[in-house]
Amino acid sequence: MKKKDKKGFFMWSKHGLWIAAMLIVIILPFFFRSGFSRSMLSQIGIAIIFALSYNMLLGQAGLLSFGHAVFYGLGGFFTIHILNTVSNGVITIPLELLPLAGGFGAVIVGLVFGWLSTERAGTPFALISLGIGELIAASSLMFPSFFGGEQGISGDRMTVFALTGIRFGKQITIYYLIAFWAFLSIVLMYLLTQTPLGRLANAVRDNPERASFIGYNPHWVRTLQYALAAFFAGIAGGLFAVNYEIVTAETVGFIPSGNVLMMTYIGGVGHFFGPILGAVLVTFMQLSLANMTHAWLIYFGLLFIGMVIWAPSGIAGIIMLHEPVWKAKLMKRLIPSYALAVFPALILFLGTVMFIEISYHLSLSVDPTAPMHLFGIHFRAQSLFPWGITVFLILIGFGLLQRAIKRVRQSWGEVNLIMKKESS
Amino acid sequence: MSLPAVKLTDVYKSFGKSRIINRVNLEINTGERHAVIGPNGAGKSTLFNLISGFYPVSSGRIELKGREITNLSSHQINRRGLSRSFQVTNIFPKMSVFENIRCALLWTTGYRYSFWHLCGRLKRLNEKAEELLEKISMTERRHVPAGLLAYAEQRALEIGVTIAGDADVILLDEPTAGMSRSETERAVSLIREVTESKTLIMVEHDMSVVFDLADRISVLVYGEIITTDSPDNIRNNTRVQEAYLGKESA
Amino acid sequence: MLEYIFFSTINSLLYGMLLFMLSSGLTLIFSMMGILNFAHASFFMLGAYFAYQISQFVGFWPGLVIAPLLVGVLGALVERYGLRSVHKHGHVAELLFTVGLAYLIEEIVMLIWGRNAVPYQIPNILDFALVNILGTDLSAYRVFMLVVSIGMFIFLFLVLTRSRIGLIIQAALTHPDGVSTLGHNVPGVFMLVFGGGSALAGLAGVIGGNYLITEPSMAAHLGPIVFVVIVVGGMGSLTGAFIASLLLGAIQTFAVGVQVSLSDLLALFGLTPEPSGLLKDFLRIQISHTGPILPYLFMVLMLIFRPKGLMGKRET
Ligand SMILES: Nc1ncnc2c1ncn2[C@@H]1O[C@H](COP(=O)(O)OP(=O)(O)OP(=O)(O)O)[C@@H](O)[C@H]1O
Ligand SMILES: [Mg+2]
Repeated sequence: MKKKDKKGFFMWSKHGLWIAAMLIVIILPFFFRSGFSRSMLSQIGIAIIFALSYNMLLGQAGLLSFGHAVFYGLGGFFTIHILNTVSNGVITIPLELLPLAGGFGAVIVGLVFGWLSTERAGTPFALISLGIGELIAASSLMFPSFFGGEQGISGDRMTVFALTGIRFGKQITIYYLIAFWAFLSIVLMYLLTQTPLGRLANAVRDNPERASFIGYNPHWVRTLQYALAAFFAGIAGGLFAVNYEIVTAETVGFIPSGNVLMMTYIGGVGHFFGPILGAVLVTFMQLSLANMTHAWLIYFGLLFIGMVIWAPSGIAGIIMLHEPVWKAKLMKRLIPSYALAVFPALILFLGTVMFIEISYHLSLSVDPTAPMHLFGIHFRAQSLFPWGITVFLILIGFGLLQRAIKRVRQSWGEVNLIMKKESS
Repeated sequence: MSLPAVKLTDVYKSFGKSRIINRVNLEINTGERHAVIGPNGAGKSTLFNLISGFYPVSSGRIELKGREITNLSSHQINRRGLSRSFQVTNIFPKMSVFENIRCALLWTTGYRYSFWHLCGRLKRLNEKAEELLEKISMTERRHVPAGLLAYAEQRALEIGVTIAGDADVILLDEPTAGMSRSETERAVSLIREVTESKTLIMVEHDMSVVFDLADRISVLVYGEIITTDSPDNIRNNTRVQEAYLGKESA
Repeated sequence: MLEYIFFSTINSLLYGMLLFMLSSGLTLIFSMMGILNFAHASFFMLGAYFAYQISQFVGFWPGLVIAPLLVGVLGALVERYGLRSVHKHGHVAELLFTVGLAYLIEEIVMLIWGRNAVPYQIPNILDFALVNILGTDLSAYRVFMLVVSIGMFIFLFLVLTRSRIGLIIQAALTHPDGVSTLGHNVPGVFMLVFGGGSALAGLAGVIGGNYLITEPSMAAHLGPIVFVVIVVGGMGSLTGAFIASLLLGAIQTFAVGVQVSLSDLLALFGLTPEPSGLLKDFLRIQISHTGPILPYLFMVLMLIFRPKGLMGKRET
């Protein structure tokens, strides 16, 4: 009896998470009312699909791709072309289903490229993906009738009839369309991890040899997984097309390919939800930091390198590291040392920001001699005083952080010891 | 007489200049338990790698149940009913014990590359996996990631993964190596049970296991099969004693 | 025509030698450490920028020596304090570390030297026409570049075949797992190779930066091409990298001058099809425009059909 209760609760908590997520997605635009934040939410939705599809390769199949945007961009182009065909009255497809055009187009290309590139995983795959990415990006200028040359291909979504009867004019309507597809894609991609192919993708990632001795052709497993990842990337691209009503050759290029890699990695490749976190964080950073500072690419680069060095399992990895501690009700033993580390981390952060901003002001701003302001303080970048403070903050912050990290390690050691004792 | 389960004709294998398998001819009868013995480095594992398609042969011909399988890839050979274990444990270390078994069952249960079935919902598949877990006595350890199992448990799981696909020709490479006396005994009875009515080819250094299980024995020395015979005759064969058994006792 | 061929040959040779200076280090790093170093071209860029900065103070010639050394030290530090600490997280992390580094170096270069190209110029003393061949001048600087790159080639060859460390490196190229068993100081060797490779890239930057353009995007432009070189050349083979460099230099240089498209070819046979859409685009592509894609096409085909590359001893 008791056992059943537990299971019932577990089931609820499992589906409860999905339901809660759905509710959040629905009410979010009521809290973010400005046009900017709503368009950011739309972008985040697209980025989530794209990043999760990328993780079908990197996390689930161990395939590090440098050309995933090929499918994102092609999905966008397929969709915008179909949109235009629909506008011209040649065929009829409701607007809500147009992203599928991107998905199905991408899947076909994905099968071909997948077969060509996944015979071996590891470095050969990474290099082929880089090559294919560069090939498509470079050839995009040679085929203007498909890629639209410099100015890309544009369309008008208002000319397409909608199944739901909604007029997709305002950003909020498009937000809900994106949210719908994002939610559906997340559920589908999650379910895919539970299918025979999804399990075998993991198996082939960890031990392709063994997989072939239980009857599977690793090459084919990878190809199918690759094509499915392409499908979802194509959907994301299709949503991009519907959202912006224009697709340019840049969408197939190296920048979105690198971007999705960074998002996914920062979010964490080892857990299904990792890329979602990464997509939210990185898109948010890209849009809001870009408004706050010109040097945001440096911050982004530093964040990425920092994650690679200190937290290769990403944000999701850090969170999941605490799961057993949480369950054992030992978080209170970690929190004091964390709290202690926050302070020096802030100092170090402050120092770094000052350093970067002052250098930036000196070398790249229009008038370096003009006074600059940072955190509400005005000063001249040429004077030695701010430099002194900067160096001081960095040194102090770094030194204190070293000691704080020692404390954190210590309390982790204690927690692990307790958990070990309890389990045995 | 029925077709041999496995037949090797003039099989050679060289790595670079060194010839590791030197004109091996071997017929394994359907339903027999066959042991391959020989000193370290004789080429026993290499022989298995050739039969199972892990390496291509340099020349020669290999047949499985009367059909040629020379230089097919491993998954093709596996689908024709040959399965193998490895000398060095070779399972999916990050997956749980249960997942390992279930993955090994997928192909022959007919789900293949399906991405429209949910593994958790497939009743027949899960029941089969449970049965097999029971058989290798690992029901209790089902949730443990395979990489964290004790050595003997890993070996048992390896056997489980090998037989899961219900292949009728099973190759086991030193299944009891590194086990204690009692662990070996358990492993032997497990092997006996799971290979009932199947063809078994095994490499084994432990002579008591060999004489206990095998119907026939082949002796491989420097890449050549010097003799194939019944256990009793092998025991009394002077050439074998010189080449192999004698060395052991010396 | 003859003139075109002659100067294209010189140009492709120069470009090829530059590529080789970059790829020789990269291929050593890749085959020994298994790291696909995305930041390699960034060291090339740093070489150019350092040389520019030094030339502002003391002129070109000291920069020719100091800049590569600086880049080499920087490379060694990156290996020692960056890559080595990421190593335990596996190959993907190592590779991504170099990706992040490349990204960061580009940003930092922009931060220090600005977004536009810097006026890094050919030294006056070499800025004259050495000879006039077929009515066109051959500048002394190009000859100088050729001399430096050939000198480097010989130097590298001697180091690898005559010195102790060279022999260790060679052994490691063919048997990467075997080196540690020989009891050598493997981390030290790695640091040396990484630093040395970076220094070579830096040298290429010093002499190539003023020949090409010294700008923040120069690394991103050249980076992928260098990968193509090492893939085509083959894992662990410097000879392969050499041949591939010259080959790619030739392909790219010669393609630029050929203003022929498929439809021109068809017209030769009296065919003038008038298709529309993609096919039309395809027929109208001029060979000269295919310059950017040819290397990648080459690489992808190579990886699919001949993973060992031209001269490789092992698969990539
Ligand atoms: N892939 C390979 N490349 C080169 N040489 C190999 C390869 N595989 C095996 N060998 C060599 O072939 C010989 C036989 O190896 P094999 O593993 O077949 O021996 P074995 O009879 O299984 O020995 P053991 O009893 O120690 O397991 C050894 O000398 C080994 O070094
Ligand atoms: Mg063996």
